[in-house]
Amino acid sequence: MIQVNALTKYYGEKAAIDGVTFQVQKGEVLGLLGPNGAGKTTTMRILTCYMPPTSGDATIAGFNIWDEPMEIKRRLGYLPENPPLYTDLRVTEYLEFVAKIKEVPKDRIPSAISSAVEKAGLTDVVNKVIGHLSKGYKQRVGLAQALLNDPDVLILDEPTVGLDPRQIIEIRELIKALGGEHTVILSTHILPEVEMTCGRVVIINEGKVVAQDTPDGLTQRLKGTERIILEVKADGQQMEPIFSRFPQITRFQLEDSKNGVQKYVVETTEDIRNELAKAVVQNNIDLFELHSESLSLEEIFLHLTTKEEVA
Amino acid sequence: MRKTLAIFEKEMRHFFYSPIAYIVIALFAVITGVFFYLYLSSFVQAMIMDMIRSQQFRTTPQKFNVNLQLIRPYFWNLALISLFVLPLVTMRLYSEEKKNGTVELLYTSPLTITNIVLGKFLAGLFFYIIMLIPTMLFMGLLFVYGNPEFLPVVSGYLGLILLGGAFIAGGLFISSLTENQIIAAIGGFGLALLLWVIGWAANFAGPGMASVLNYLSVINHFEDFAQGVIDTQHIAFYLLFMTLGVYLTMRSVESIKWRA
Ligand SMILES: Nc1ncnc2c1ncn2[C@@H]1O[C@H](COP(=O)(O)OP(=O)(O)OP(=O)(O)O)[C@@H](O)[C@H]1O
Ligand SMILES: [Mg+2]
Repeated sequence: MIQVNALTKYYGEKAAIDGVTFQVQKGEVLGLLGPNGAGKTTTMRILTCYMPPTSGDATIAGFNIWDEPMEIKRRLGYLPENPPLYTDLRVTEYLEFVAKIKEVPKDRIPSAISSAVEKAGLTDVVNKVIGHLSKGYKQRVGLAQALLNDPDVLILDEPTVGLDPRQIIEIRELIKALGGEHTVILSTHILPEVEMTCGRVVIINEGKVVAQDTPDGLTQRLKGTERIILEVKADGQQMEPIFSRFPQITRFQLEDSKNGVQKYVVETTEDIRNELAKAVVQNNIDLFELHSESLSLEEIFLHLTTKEEVA
Repeated sequence: MRKTLAIFEKEMRHFFYSPIAYIVIALFAVITGVFFYLYLSSFVQAMIMDMIRSQQFRTTPQKFNVNLQLIRPYFWNLALISLFVLPLVTMRLYSEEKKNGTVELLYTSPLTITNIVLGKFLAGLFFYIIMLIPTMLFMGLLFVYGNPEFLPVVSGYLGLILLGGAFIAGGLFISSLTENQIIAAIGGFGLALLLWVIGWAANFAGPGMASVLNYLSVINHFEDFAQGVIDTQHIAFYLLFMTLGVYLTMRSVESIKWRA
């Protein structure tokens, strides 16, 4: 449904995205995950034909962004990062306008509006002036706007920003339900959101795709990374020479230090609990605790997107 | 066409949902009303003075012509006031969309840039016509109490609408360049003023240059309309000017989009 091919976008000298490539199957919900400034919005703006890339191309619903942007726009629902609202209009007036510019046939406009209003949970506020709505409701109006033309492809830039926890759950369920019939790309930096709503994740960092997989697959793939929690009665730099003896240790960090008991978080490529325990004891260091923890998606994300200070 | 209309309709809503529209309309009505009163009273006064004089000296009274001595200068006056007020109408037309990020909706909907720019231009023009309605009522008074010629009034309004259209096209262009409404208003006013005074500069230029400047001056083409002459050459000038303004707006929007 969506093929993204080596998209690159320069702002002046700086590349906002660089060679971004991924695919989305029909009916899939894809999460675009990355820290601030990663290039999520930039990617989405290119896919929605808001602006052209510096190089590369993309095909959406069989149409190329360079050749037939109009056809793409006809099949697209887009919720930008800042919902594009006319704050002086009432909700229905706004949705009517959007329906018209999105070529919803005249006789279908009322039903399109009521269905979008219902899906976005706006029934109570349809006659209110948009400027008087709370941030969460404004976000919902933005979402309703994206759903109006029953689009093949939905592109949602941080759709749950500004919503309260209950609304967040509702919107996530909605997005999940939209998958199947619609093809969805959503961006976020909230990991549980991806775990809950997306069939697949593309992680981008500093403009580059650093990983793509299912949420489970990502967790699996990085299972290679073990995490060992170690508590020892040691002082100062006693532990560091021990850690450096193990090539499997990719990094370690002193989390806590209380009453002479230091708590380390050690990340390794394989399970070395046994060897580590022996080494500690051999050095006459009292071992208080040693256990392994699996990485959450959150940590995998941090792993992939922060430059590691390898010990 | 339907989509251009949708933009037009939305712009009209913006005008009338914001207090600025009412302030602009009221301001225009009051200023033009005051000037109408001043022009009218000085006209009437001149007529009365002449009557008294002609009775005293037993001469035949002068012939007074409402069209020439009242309506014509009043149209010039309306043109000048429009120059000041129209930037307030055009300033938000594009800037506001850029500022609020609603361009993101427009540019990702199946709209052409022509739909967007034309819809906005027509909304500005239509609003200007609404602004002119109170002045038409003032003019109507002249027909109730006097007997002016009708055609020069029609040609005067045609000229005003064409001139206003030129200012609106220019103002829209400036508004498309910035997301700051104040800058858009000042720029729009500056541009209109420049096009107005360019004819004066002709007095100081060489003969070749002078004719070019005279042609470019939006106001030189207004003269005939104010006098009651409808000349297709001047209509063509204004239409060309509006087309150019709309075209430049479309190009600026496109190139800004391209660089975004
Ligand atoms: N109009 C612009 N001009 C110059 N640089 C820009 C512009 N827009 C974005 N950038 C830069 O491009 C990079 C990517 O920005 P982008 O908005 O795509 O990130 P993002 O992943 O959406 O971040 P966030 O999570 O904060 O929304 C950033 O470094 C940003 O500073
Ligand atoms: Mg963003």
